[in-house]
Amino acid sequence: MTTNTKNPPIDRIDGRMKVTGGAQYFADFELPNTAYCVIVGSEIAKGTIAGLDTKKAQGAPGVLGVFTHQNMPPIPGWDAPVGGEADGPPPRPKGEQYRILSSPKIHFDGQPIAIVVADSFERATYAASLVKATYTKQTARTDLRKHVSDGVAPRGEDGGNYSRGQADGYKTAPVTLEANYTVPIEVHNPMELHGILAHWTGASTLMIYAKTQGVNATQQAMAEAFKIDPKNIHVHTEFMGGGFGMGLRTWPQETAVVAIARKIGRPLKLVVNRSQMFTLVGHRPYTVQTINMGADQTGKLIGIAHAATAETASYEDFTEATVNMTKFLYACPNVSTRYRIVRLDRSVPIWMRGPGEATGAFALESAMDEMAHKLNLDPIEFRLRNYTETDPERNRPYSSKYLKEAYQRGAEAIGWNNRKLQPGSTREGDWLVGYGMSTGTFNAFRWEASARALLKADGSLTIQSAVTDIGPGTGTALTMIAHNVLGVPMNRIKVEYGDTSLPKAPTQGGSAIVSAVGSAVFDACTSVKNELIELALKAGGPLAGRQANELTMADGTLSVEREPGKKVAVSDLMQANKLTVIDKTKDSKGGPEHAKYSMYSFSVHFVQVRVNPLTGVVRVSKAVSVADSGRIVSPKTAASQMIGGVAGGIGMALTEEAVIDHRFGRFVNNNLGDYHVAVYADVPAIETIMIDKPDPIINPMGAKGMGEIALIGFAAAVANAVFNATGQRVRDLPITPDKLLRAV
Amino acid sequence: MDQHEQLGDELGSSDSSRRTFLKRSSALAALALTPPVAKAAVDQGLHEKVATAFEQMPLQVNINGTMRQLSIEPRVTLLDLLREQLHLTGTKKGCDHGQCGACTVHVDGTRVNACLTLAMTTEGATVTTIEGLTNGDPATAQLHPMQEAFIKHDGFQCGYCTPGQIMSAVACIREGHANSPDEVREYMSGNICRCGAYANIVDAIMDVKKGGARV
Repeated sequence: MTTNTKNPPIDRIDGRMKVTGGAQYFADFELPNTAYCVIVGSEIAKGTIAGLDTKKAQGAPGVLGVFTHQNMPPIPGWDAPVGGEADGPPPRPKGEQYRILSSPKIHFDGQPIAIVVADSFERATYAASLVKATYTKQTARTDLRKHVSDGVAPRGEDGGNYSRGQADGYKTAPVTLEANYTVPIEVHNPMELHGILAHWTGASTLMIYAKTQGVNATQQAMAEAFKIDPKNIHVHTEFMGGGFGMGLRTWPQETAVVAIARKIGRPLKLVVNRSQMFTLVGHRPYTVQTINMGADQTGKLIGIAHAATAETASYEDFTEATVNMTKFLYACPNVSTRYRIVRLDRSVPIWMRGPGEATGAFALESAMDEMAHKLNLDPIEFRLRNYTETDPERNRPYSSKYLKEAYQRGAEAIGWNNRKLQPGSTREGDWLVGYGMSTGTFNAFRWEASARALLKADGSLTIQSAVTDIGPGTGTALTMIAHNVLGVPMNRIKVEYGDTSLPKAPTQGGSAIVSAVGSAVFDACTSVKNELIELALKAGGPLAGRQANELTMADGTLSVEREPGKKVAVSDLMQANKLTVIDKTKDSKGGPEHAKYSMYSFSVHFVQVRVNPLTGVVRVSKAVSVADSGRIVSPKTAASQMIGGVAGGIGMALTEEAVIDHRFGRFVNNNLGDYHVAVYADVPAIETIMIDKPDPIINPMGAKGMGEIALIGFAAAVANAVFNATGQRVRDLPITPDKLLRAV
Repeated sequence: MDQHEQLGDELGSSDSSRRTFLKRSSALAALALTPPVAKAAVDQGLHEKVATAFEQMPLQVNINGTMRQLSIEPRVTLLDLLREQLHLTGTKKGCDHGQCGACTVHVDGTRVNACLTLAMTTEGATVTTIEGLTNGDPATAQLHPMQEAFIKHDGFQCGYCTPGQIMSAVACIREGHANSPDEVREYMSGNICRCGAYANIVDAIMDVKKGGARV
């Protein structure tokens, strides 16, 4: 089995294309006669368009059309209510997606009010500046903090509540704490701008280059919108310049561009600007949380109550699993959670890396640190005293859990024994030094996927799946899986992906792709291998008389393990049987074992911070992230995911916050100069540790997910380290100098 | 151009309505002041092309070793010229505001943000893009040491910022700003990588620097 041995680190298979500029992202494709779209956004957050002057824009040179709610070409699928059919992993937003350019009603600031099309980007941009609108304004509600009491349970959900034991059991504990935590609006901000390149190649045939995390999902969304057969829609996204969740659905402006392209009869390209990335493609929702926790003097948890209230749009109910990890991460008899949403005059959020779990982990793992301090216990020791080997939420075993080992290895790597229990007691020069840690966890999924394996007589192997690789190294991992099954040298394996002409695959998200698509590749390659074995063992075959389980396959040769020299080259075997190719496609999904176990990946983050008490500046000076995500299929790209989680986590902890001026309902820092993502100077050298032990249940590779846990919990580790350094507890992210100085 | 602006003034129109006016072919055709070429063109319904002709200016620039004689609108940025007109799409647009570094190219050997550079300002200059760092087909060409190092250290994930990172990294060494990891972090901070490959890129740059290869 491939799960028995660790995999070697290999270079990313698409590395050469990425370093030479040869990798083509959606906007890089060249179609003759392409015209350009520019979106004009609303200048108010709520109200109605009273007047719209497009005359000047229409008369500007090169303009091919100005499309508004008054002249938007029809979108056939919009003759019935359009559900919030986010195409990503469940749960999906509920309610009705707003229909772009279909009415004068404004739901959020920046909502498209016109799309200008011209024969060059410059001309479209200039003409867009000539579109003028007047509005009938209404008072917009955009500030979650002012409307927390308006929170409602999401549509169609069972009240958004959970409890076991006594809901308020924490109150009976000798040691209690209550704390409120805030995670502000964060924006995915992948480096690649969102957009689409759409071309009607016939009356009802469509070619789309998209910025999507799932080509099949985009294909399906367009098929529904235009009421055409999905088979006639070709979507290509081999390379995507980062998603982090914003590409989990087909956004209304994509559909609009496709409709306009049909009307104009030319290929159309839309590339939104950076400011529009803050309003048109989702965000991590502003969320306020309260944790009540009770423990006894021995450090045993008695009860936890975790309540979260998050913003959503007025038109759709976006929800995420913010409070979920509180239900199962620790042994605790009395647990209750409550989740509410507040409908605001804002654009709809979408899952952002780690999604709700990252928001929830900040609260839970900060509170665990606060309670450890109250109990005068080491935070790791406190967690170990509440460690659970079975899932207390569902009362069933975990498929695998090596969290204890992760605590131990991470603690050694960061030098945890240098940490003083008493906060504010380590100083180096002008800097206060502190250590913090936290835990992260995320569901390990195995969704349905399909893949094709084509082994040619020349010994080369092609793997195909429609899955998109948004950056984690999917293609590289699939190469490793195919190599492990068939023994084909890695440089003879080609992986083709990111195109709807290939076997169907789920949208890349939820840390599920190696598990889902990897299993399909495993199955397809196994099917190829079985056919080869059959050919070798059949009467008259070169290895006739042996058993299938005696054979091994490596470097293009089938050999009998215990008989050196007894072997046959795969190419000879295929030629003898007059086969030029063995071609197998497999659908793959988990079996009933998935209902018997709880499957999660786990991570532990450790940081050392330096805090300048005069300026309030926090520097993360060391970071160690440990992943328990089963067998690591591609160690090199997996490590990169982990360091990426650290960079994202430093941003979440210290700098990232999209700020709204609530008088106007508009962002004031909607650009990369003012919305601070972590840059080089913010990120130290990082140590990543992989537990790398296979999960025996989840899939044939024993691999669990990695992308989300790399981020989940990290911000709490920083907040906990800041507390250890200074004695100041900051519960509102990001931990900016003003908050620390205010606390002093 | 002067003659044309004068025409606009006489008609009491602003710049934008002058363009509108140009589109009204029959009125334009009747005017004696209109250049004959334009008049003929408009008569043939080619008013858009006329507007284009008026708005274009010549530009001579060396791009990746090839001298280009171009005719462009003065408002076109170097980034959009490279991508949309010359189809050198290795250079990426990340913000269009000089805030992310995805569009970093070399102009006369200095790293610049192509999105903040009007193409007209590169008259007579030498521009090098990621495509110019190697010669030939990206699938087979000999790679630059920095490109090799990015692959070796996995200095990327999605790859979108990578061309800009590599152009910046090469310049960082040439400038003498790669003497320590901390110095690299300081001088590379204008290039954002949202996937967060910073730690690996710092390793790649230090590796190239220590290896002493000519960059």
